[in-house]
Formats: sequence, C-alpha cells, structure tokens
Amino acid sequence: MTGTAAEVVGAVTDPELPMITLAELGVIREVRQGEGGVLVTITPTYSGCPAMESIRADIRTALRRAGFGRAEVRTVIAPPWTTDWISESGRRKLAEAGIAPPGAAPVRATGPIPISLSPRPTAVACPRCGHTDTETLAAFGATACRELRRCPACREPFEHMREI
Amino acid sequence: MAFDDAYHALTDHDDDARWAYGTGFTDPLAGVPGDLPDGVDRTELAAYCLMLGDDALILSHRLQQWVTRSPELEDELALANIGLDLLGQARLLLTRAGVAEGWGRDEDDLAMRRDPSGFRNVCLAERADADFAHLVARLFALSTWRLALLDRLTASRDPMLAAIAAKGVKEVTYHRDYAAQWVVRLGDGTPLSHDRMLAAVETLTPQLAELFRSHPTEIGLASVGVAVDPATLEAEFTQVWTHVLQTATLLPPTASLGGGAAPSLACDPAAEVSGVPAGIEQERARPWGRDGEHTPALAEILDEMQGVARSVPGGVW
Repeated sequence: MTGTAAEVVGAVTDPELPMITLAELGVIREVRQGEGGVLVTITPTYSGCPAMESIRADIRTALRRAGFGRAEVRTVIAPPWTTDWISESGRRKLAEAGIAPPGAAPVRATGPIPISLSPRPTAVACPRCGHTDTETLAAFGATACRELRRCPACREPFEHMREI
Repeated sequence: MAFDDAYHALTDHDDDARWAYGTGFTDPLAGVPGDLPDGVDRTELAAYCLMLGDDALILSHRLQQWVTRSPELEDELALANIGLDLLGQARLLLTRAGVAEGWGRDEDDLAMRRDPSGFRNVCLAERADADFAHLVARLFALSTWRLALLDRLTASRDPMLAAIAAKGVKEVTYHRDYAAQWVVRLGDGTPLSHDRMLAAVETLTPQLAELFRSHPTEIGLASVGVAVDPATLEAEFTQVWTHVLQTATLLPPTASLGGGAAPSLACDPAAEVSGVPAGIEQERARPWGRDGEHTPALAEILDEMQGVARSVPGGVW
C-alpha cells in the first residue's frame, strides 16, 4: 500500500476543478481506517453539485488502486461547506489556473439576510494582471461554484470562485 | 486521470459507478438519517418535507425549461445553476420524506411516480411564465419567501431539516439577488421594460397570498419546533418585496418602509399594486397546492418531467 488512506483520498483531484485536490478543496471530512475497510466522509460544495457521484467513484477507485480493501463513502451536509475551507495551496493553484480564489465567506449578522441589488463582491483581483477593480459579467458561471468576471485593465474575462 | 486529454479522461475508468450519472446510485445521498426527533409524527414530518421538496423540484423544472430560451447565454447559465441548486435541495428533502414515511419510497419514486394530486408544492411554483419579466418576478418572489423560510428552519429541532436549510440558505441568497437585480434592471430600464415588468408584478401580486397561508401540518410541526409557520414570514417578505419594487420604480416612493407597518400582501385589499385586490374570497377560490389542489400547469410539467420514467418503468441508464 502506498501512503495512508487519508493521503490517498486527499490526493484525489476534483472533477470540475482538476487543478486542486479534494483535501485542498476542503470537502473531505473524515477518513477512518478500520479492519473492515476505509470509511470516507465527504461534504458537497452545493446541494446540487453534480460532481458528487463522480467524486465518490474516484475516491473508491483511488483506494482500490492503492491496495486498500473495501471502501465506503458517506456524505454529510452539516456543517455546510464554506469556501473558507479551501486551503492556501488550493487558492494558489486556482489563481495559477486563471480562477480567482474566493475572498472571505460572508459573515451573517443576526436578523434577515440583507439583499444585494448590485453584483458582488466588489473587489476581486484579476488572476492574470493583478488589477483589483474588476467587474462581474455574470453571477453564475460554468459550474455552481463560479462566476464570470472581466478585467478592464488586461481586458480578459476570467472566472472567480464565489464566496459561500 | 489525465485531464488534458478528453478522450483519455473519458476512457480511463475502472469503476462503472462513474457512468451511473443521474440514476441508479449505489449509495443514494448516503447520510440522510432515518431517526426522528422526539415527539414528532412520522407522517407529518414526511408531509412537510414533501411540501418543501416539491416547491424546489417543480420550480427547478420550470427554470430548466428556460434554458435555450433566455435573453442571453449568461442567463441560461444562471437559471440552469439555480435550477440545479433547487434540484439538489429537492433530492435531499424528498429522500428525507421517503425515509420519514417509512414505506420504502425513495427520491425517484416521489419525483417520478406521483400524480398531480400527490404533489404538495405551492401553485406559484408551477405557474408558466409568459415572458422573462414574469419569470424574474416569480423567481424573486419565491426565492425571497424560501430564503426567509430556510433561514428560520436552520433552528429546526430536526437536525436533518436544519442541515438542509443551512446549506440552502447560502444558495438561495444568490438566487434572490439574481432575480432582484433583474427586477430592478427591467423596472428601472426603458419605458418598454418598465411596463412589462410592472405587468408581471401586477399579475403576480394577487397570487402571493398562498405563500403565507398556514397548513395544519405546518402549524402542528411549528408548534413543536420542527417546521416554520409561513404566516410568520410575511413581514420580512413584504419588507424585501417593497424595497426592491421601489428601487425598480414599480411602487410609489410614498409606500413607507420602516416607519409604519409594511403593507400586507396576504388577503388584504391594501396589497393592491395596481387595482388588483388580493381579496379573501378571491384567494380562497384558488386551488391550494399544499392540499394537493393544483392548476392544470402541474399536469403539463409532470407529463414532461415524468415522461421517460413512465414510458420505461424501472429503466436505468
């Protein structure tokens, strides 16, 4: 066997963000190794994330290839995943791939959730030139976790991972 | 796994679960527990999960129908994404409903093998949209209402409902912002877009009262700390609704916010926006989705949504 089960599982890459691992994305909640096999607990980024089944299959495949026996992958949704769980190395890799990493997740004050009548967030640095005064083109991008932005300095569109 | 070679990525697999995309999952939503909080009736909890799950499922399908029909590609992506979030919430809620009722039904049984009378969604979720202004007005109303509901449901005594709600709040916050920004852009846009947005709001307003009618299941479960009585959502809804419509120049600025009581939308002639009163008699004459009474629009949706499942019983792909 190569490495611990946690190392094997953590090194699996995300199918929609193949530049970062599941560990860097912060979706691995627990890897427990017992006599009966490996029990992996993961959490989805979004309720409807279509990559979850693929992620489960990739984890099972990686464990089998690494010589581990039976593997079970369970899903938990509490506490809900937040972009704050993306690691520093994950953020760096996202930026290197042209996806602006998320800023700090919004902190809820008490009372009703305030409505935003202008695109947010306001300050996202362009992953190509570093210009910070970029604008939102579309709040929903190619996947549930990304939005489309544009940099007025280098005139390139780029994706930004939304804060949740 | 090589991601720089699409063909290799597609063929480099030794686990057929990768191809079970969409149905036939071997571990469907692993993690939806079957245990219930103390003192909660199993049937009532199942009925409540069905209500919230059906709202999400039916609205999700209506949004998916707009893909290829939106004004811009960015809106196709937005509506598809919002529909996907709602579908995810629906899957969790329907799975929970099936587990709670204890008859062995799963999310597919509940979504694909029920007739209109078995659905418990609010009728507003099933309405067809005449144009994009109608769509964003309806999405704004439903996401404002659902966000307020889910936000309160995060304190539910049922840990599963609380968890589904906590996850949903993050998602629906984005849905509401998207819809509200379109309401403002169209309302405060050209004379033509203003008139069409106003017409959409006028059509919608009398139908909003249904959102705040309390069903006995909701009242019963709310009294034991599990559910949210929708009547308690009206004040927050009205505050947001009025604020956005005013910003969109669709309401006179004299409709005060904060100072006096917010105008009531439910069963109150004061709710009229343009001479269409949401009167009590008018409201009671409407079908009530929470009781399984629906408009003909739901049967149309189910014909489309359930068509493949009905024609190929037990089919897996």
